[in-house]
Amino acid sequence: MNEGLRKAMENDPKVLIMGEDVGKLGGVFRVTDGLQKDFGEARVIDTPLAESGIVGTAIGLALRGYRPVCEIQFDGFVFPAFNQITTQLAKMRMRSLGTLELPVVIRIPCGGGIGAVEHHSESPEAYFTHTGGLRVVACSNPSDAYTMIQQAIECPDPVIFFEPKRRYWDKAPVDRDLSKAVPFDRAVVARPGEDVTVLAYGPMVKTSLEAAQADENHSIEVVDVRSLNPLDEETILESVRRTGRCVVVHEAPVFNGYGAELAARITEKCFYHLEAPVLRVGGFSTPYPPSRLEDHYLPDLDRVLDAVDRTFAW
Amino acid sequence: MIVDAARGAPLGTDAQSPPPELVQLLTPEGERVEHPEYDVNLTPEEIKGLYRDLVIVRRIDTEAVALTRQGELGIWASLLGQEAAQIGSAHALRTGDMAFPSYREHGVAWCRGVDPLDLLGLFRGVNHAGWDPKAHNFHLYTIVIGSHALHATGYAMGIQRDGAENAAIVYFGDGATSQGDVNEAFVWSAAQNAPIVFFCQNNQWAISEPLERQSRIPLYRRAEGFGFPGVRVDGNDIFAVLAVTRKALDNARSGQGPTLIEAFTYRMGAHTTTDDPTRYRLQSELESWKLKDPIERLKAYLVKNEMADREFFDAIDAEAKQVGSDLRRRCLELPDPEPTAIWENVYATEHSLLAEERDQFTSYLASFEDVSR
Repeated sequence: MNEGLRKAMENDPKVLIMGEDVGKLGGVFRVTDGLQKDFGEARVIDTPLAESGIVGTAIGLALRGYRPVCEIQFDGFVFPAFNQITTQLAKMRMRSLGTLELPVVIRIPCGGGIGAVEHHSESPEAYFTHTGGLRVVACSNPSDAYTMIQQAIECPDPVIFFEPKRRYWDKAPVDRDLSKAVPFDRAVVARPGEDVTVLAYGPMVKTSLEAAQADENHSIEVVDVRSLNPLDEETILESVRRTGRCVVVHEAPVFNGYGAELAARITEKCFYHLEAPVLRVGGFSTPYPPSRLEDHYLPDLDRVLDAVDRTFAW
Repeated sequence: MIVDAARGAPLGTDAQSPPPELVQLLTPEGERVEHPEYDVNLTPEEIKGLYRDLVIVRRIDTEAVALTRQGELGIWASLLGQEAAQIGSAHALRTGDMAFPSYREHGVAWCRGVDPLDLLGLFRGVNHAGWDPKAHNFHLYTIVIGSHALHATGYAMGIQRDGAENAAIVYFGDGATSQGDVNEAFVWSAAQNAPIVFFCQNNQWAISEPLERQSRIPLYRRAEGFGFPGVRVDGNDIFAVLAVTRKALDNARSGQGPTLIEAFTYRMGAHTTTDDPTRYRLQSELESWKLKDPIERLKAYLVKNEMADREFFDAIDAEAKQVGSDLRRRCLELPDPEPTAIWENVYATEHSLLAEERDQFTSYLASFEDVSR
């Protein structure tokens, strides 16, 4: 993430970083570490503690020709900015008949699994995928973090950029050649398989890959959805038509969650290819529990495999 | 000065009664008065130009209300009574300054060269804004109260980073001062020393809620707590508004940071055409404010000082009438947008889901044509 942001700032002097504690501290997750030192306080802005203000002023800066990258410190703190994101940021291009462009990126560390207190472990993606005018993406690994953040910053549309916070510590090779990168609105097959398609994004991609690795009875294909809006139906539907079975995995509550949209679209478009209903694995329809219970709340390898088994039992 | 007895509320609460420091350069009777800090030096032609703008925007407003009554607009937010606050402040702007309006700033739009037809298009429902904000340095109307105060603040931060000698001005009402976004904008602009002017038209009413529901101190005094100057100006006095706004903009452009201007005025009409103010305020209050009408007082000044004669006033009235009838004709000629406009300009490039929906809906509509054949 840090290298991707640095590269974007080097490439375009209009790119700004703004958020709480993003300057000297480098952000609470150190994602912006060293950027203020190298690019100055005018480009890496320690903001007041006001999330609506972060997004609202970013809109104003974008209207003036800047490309702000906002950091919302934790998923549960995005809601004070919800009005600015949904009523202002998302609609401005349409409201202006295309004369205004708001290339604003809103980075949100998301999801649970780090033993945090409440409001620090949430998965609010469905609120944003429901809002026309926004792009919503989630990275799942270091290489995508590096490339997708740069692609998001280059994008002329506003982008909600989800970063699975428990994967910040993952280490993996990073391909620095952006010209070979998959466009950030495309899904990728993270692991080829033949018997069942597991759709996941963000933190659940790694969990799903581990499940696929562990399953000795089925050949599981894992698709990293990556872009939640727009959705790369082509890649997803091709996979499901091939395997005939599908399990959707996310941390967010299943009820009215993003998986419901995937299940509905797959059912509509792959009806005669399906051997079983699309099954969903996710969080429960409750507020996020205290962290001593989060291992029960969050889908893990076993719950993914349980769903895979159920889809074969149909 | 401003008398509040008509409202029947107890006098003397801070929010209601204007303090002696209300800046005024032209009395309701049209007498020019001095102020120790503020002055304007305008030629007779410039003053006549201001008068022309005041009369024309009132005519545009009248025409729009009539068009709404006839079902040609869905709704209209009348600026009646606030013409001086808007025309005066807008004349203080330079071309390179950026104005962020709420949804009642038809007078500012006029001064920024926006075709009033584009305002009517919004209220008729043919689009959400027909003008190019960059071409006029006049942003889109913002209907979510106070949200644009942050956009103006961010824009002003951009001006700082560009090293430009410009300012942003944001228009909002008394009700908006209760919004978090407006208060966040105060916090941010103060911390950033941003080149911005907060122009609050205190028209005394947020739909049905009087000012005392929003504040127990005069609104301009809010600024002090945020660390920048606040000033209350007679919002129906175009000279005072112009002088106060000019100074605030000059301060902003020269690195002295934000100013909050409270233009003390009155919404002489309803909140919008769907509102009925007789349910919550007394007619006598409106009558008392009619005596302070912004246009009548400038007309009285022009007459007293023999700057304009009958012929001038008749010519302005005729021009305003012409603007109004042209506007009416053009409004009625506005075509409804094509159904596919729903999916246009949502994203910068083709979006697969939107394209699918658009194509399906187009086919669906076409199926009716087949049936009729």
